[in-house]
Amino acid sequence: MDKDKSIEQINEIRRLMEGSSKFLSLSGMSGVSAGIIASLSSLLAYFLLYTDTSFRLISCSGSAAEEFRLNLILLAVITLGLALLAGAFFTYKKVQKRKESLISRESIKLLSEIAVPLGTGGLVLAFLYYYGVFGLMAPLTLIFYGLALFTASKYTVNEIRYLALCEIVLGLCSLAFIGYGLLFWWIGFGLLHIIYGIFIHMKYDKNS
Amino acid sequence: MSIISKLNKAFDSRVRLGIMSLLIVNDWLEYKYLKEKLELTDGNLASHINALEKLNYIIVKKAFVGKKTNTSYQITPLGRQAFEEHLQALEQIIKS
Repeated sequence: MDKDKSIEQINEIRRLMEGSSKFLSLSGMSGVSAGIIASLSSLLAYFLLYTDTSFRLISCSGSAAEEFRLNLILLAVITLGLALLAGAFFTYKKVQKRKESLISRESIKLLSEIAVPLGTGGLVLAFLYYYGVFGLMAPLTLIFYGLALFTASKYTVNEIRYLALCEIVLGLCSLAFIGYGLLFWWIGFGLLHIIYGIFIHMKYDKNS
Repeated sequence: MSIISKLNKAFDSRVRLGIMSLLIVNDWLEYKYLKEKLELTDGNLASHINALEKLNYIIVKKAFVGKKTNTSYQITPLGRQAFEEHLQALEQIIKS
C-alpha cells in the first residue's frame, strides 16, 4: 500500500471516530447570537441597577427589594431562554445543512453530560438566592457554565475547551473583585461568546 | 518483515475498517447506527460483520425490543489490538 492510500485510510478512520463520538454541528452563529442577547441584557441590567437608587435595594429586605430582585431574576431567565432559542435555531440550520439529525446519539450524549454540571450549578444558585447571598451569584454562574463547557468539549468541537477555561478564570476573578459581577458577567456571556462564535464561524461554517 | 506485511488483511475493506473505527470509540453500537454512519445497504454490512465476528474481533448481542430484534456490537480486546497494530503500520508507511 502506498503513502496516499494510507493517509486516506487514516483520515477516514479519524472522520468516523470523531463523527460518532462528537456532536460537530454546533454553529458559530449560536455563539454570536447568545453573546449579543447577553450583552443587551447586561446593558438593561446596568440601567436597572446603577442609574437610580434601586442599587441599594439589592441586598435590602422588604417587599420593594424583593420585587426588584425578582425582576432581575426574570431578566436573567428571559435572557437564558432567548439565548437557548437562538442557539438551537442556528444549530438546527447547520444540522440540516450537514444532513444530520438534531436528536442523535451524539447530541444526546453531549446534553446528558453537560446536564450534571449545569443542573448542579442551577441548584447552587437557587440556594444562594434563597439564603440571600446575591453577590456570589454572578461569579458562580460563570464558574459552573465554564465547567459545563469543559465537560462539553469532549463531546463536541475541541475549541470549546478554551472558551470553558476563560469562563472559569473570569468567574474566579469575579470572586476576587466581588462588586463587579455584572461587568464580569457581560465579558463572560456577551463578549467571549461573540469572539468565540466568530472564530468558530470563520473556521468551520464559512466554507461548508 | 516489511512494513506492508504488518498491515492487517482484514482491514483492506473500507467497510470493515469503518466498522472497527466506530466500535473502537463507542461501547456497543446498534446495527442501524452502523448502517447509517457508514452509508451501507443491509447485505453489504452483514457480510462484513460476519467476517469480523469470525475473526473474534467483535462480539454480537441480540436483544428483543417488542417483536423486533435489536442487534448491537462491541469490539473485543483482540479486535482492539489488531486495529491498533494496523493503525501503527499505517503511520509507519506515512512516515517512511
